[in-house]
Amino acid sequence: MIGFASPKGERLPEGAPRRAPSLVAWLILSPLLIWLLLFVVAPTAMLTLVSFAERDSLGRIIWNFNLQNYVRAFDWVWIKILLESVYYAFLTTVICMALGYPTAYFIGRAPERWRGILLMLVMVPFWTSFLIRTYAWINILSKEGLLNSLLISSGLLEEPVAMLYSPFAIVLGLVYNFLPFMILPIYTSVEKLDNAMIEAAYDLGAGPVRAFSKVIIPLTRPGIAAGAMLVFVPSIAMFAITTLMGGGSNPTIGEVIFKQFTSGRNQPFGAALGTLLLIVFIIALWLTHSQRERED
Amino acid sequence: MIRIDSLFCGAWTIAVMAFLYIPIVLLMVFSFNSSRLNLSWEGFTTKWYEALLTNRVLLTAFQNSLIVASATTLLSTLLGTLGAWMLYRYRFPFQRLLGLLIFIPMVMPEVLMGVSLLVLFVQFLNIPLGFTTMIIAHTTFCFPFVLVAVQARLQGLDPSQEEAAMDLGATPLQSFWKITLPFLMPAIVSGALMSFTLSLDEYIVSVFTTGSQSQTLPLKVYGMAKVGLNPQLNALSSIFIAATVAVALAGHFIGKKKIL
Repeated sequence: MIGFASPKGERLPEGAPRRAPSLVAWLILSPLLIWLLLFVVAPTAMLTLVSFAERDSLGRIIWNFNLQNYVRAFDWVWIKILLESVYYAFLTTVICMALGYPTAYFIGRAPERWRGILLMLVMVPFWTSFLIRTYAWINILSKEGLLNSLLISSGLLEEPVAMLYSPFAIVLGLVYNFLPFMILPIYTSVEKLDNAMIEAAYDLGAGPVRAFSKVIIPLTRPGIAAGAMLVFVPSIAMFAITTLMGGGSNPTIGEVIFKQFTSGRNQPFGAALGTLLLIVFIIALWLTHSQRERED
Repeated sequence: MIRIDSLFCGAWTIAVMAFLYIPIVLLMVFSFNSSRLNLSWEGFTTKWYEALLTNRVLLTAFQNSLIVASATTLLSTLLGTLGAWMLYRYRFPFQRLLGLLIFIPMVMPEVLMGVSLLVLFVQFLNIPLGFTTMIIAHTTFCFPFVLVAVQARLQGLDPSQEEAAMDLGATPLQSFWKITLPFLMPAIVSGALMSFTLSLDEYIVSVFTTGSQSQTLPLKVYGMAKVGLNPQLNALSSIFIAATVAVALAGHFIGKKKIL
């Protein structure tokens, strides 16, 4: 903190004294308010509205309100795709946790001058385009790719194997993209760990496994929960990665919504699937929020 | 004290770093490979980079990306900075709700933002899809990042400096211009760079809001990656990786720098 104490000798809790806004203040804030209403609130409402409409044979919307899109959305075909998307996201979250926890722990417990550099190393790939990072894996996994040629030239394989366009490739692509989202919040929790607690566990005779499961894990739970949410929620709808790595053979929910709005030409049905995804998203957001409130 | 568990975590961290970097490094190395396919290393070449320079489609897409990202950055920086300043200075009604609304575009799944904006533009506002719709869409998810960065910086602002300026006869606008703005500059610059890189990289929101004349680079990259291996794409990716890392590092250090 920079600066001096206020005349009364105490810092004002929120910086400047907060006043009731003047007309000018309202005017300066109004672009932001209009933007939020027009491009955040209104589109979400419109999407929900369209989900109750119908379409004609050319794909135009007919404002004939009914629930048929939702009735159709609960067909097993779509439920299965939603469940599969959730399953891929879940696998991604578990693998990210397994890969990310020891890494975050190591960085958080490293000498202070190393932490910044190690964190930076985790972040740098995350700054580059996710499409390029996904393409990097296509480079390795495709039939003419590096892994196949390596395995063939070393004599382990006779001819190339299809590694791309599979659930394995989908999850790999998601893990590769979202891993930093898991490492960062866990790192924040580990950094706050009280060393004395861990020493006490060892002094009282706990081995590494018990110290880890009984002391370290419970103390870093907020970071684990935050990381899980940051990986799980966006993984469900991240269709660009799943389409590139899965090749369209295992469509995810985001891909289905995308198709309804483009080649499928059924915007109302796509809107209904979108509204359902929105509900899933709001529930997930609300769960994380109430979790955080409880921990504070 | 070196314990078995810290040895394990160290080895694990090295393995994770290898997992993060090997694909990117291989991509960059093979962008200099003279073979069309990746099967083996056949010799050093820069021909894929030269081919990029004459690739009209990609150059136009890059130009479009720069137009969208620049406009987005300008709008986001204005909206975010002014918004953060007002929300800090005054107590508005429904301030909590406002905070929630600002937070939503940062976490909302991109596919939802894309489809809902598409529906708004096409069905309700009748704006033809193109640069305008894309810039609006990108600004919607970029400005909250500027706002949050500036808000964080405002927490460290000493109110007595502004008050002193006003006691000495400065108008509120003058004190903002001379005291507050210079203090906020690192956060504004790092927020602006963040907007620029986010916009440059956006695919999902773009695919819903773009028109045929406003195809940006990620849209083209996606199309190329979908078909399969392409050494020109390796070259393009390598340039992009180098550029975004440079911009992001600059933003990171400027954002960190403390002005006392």
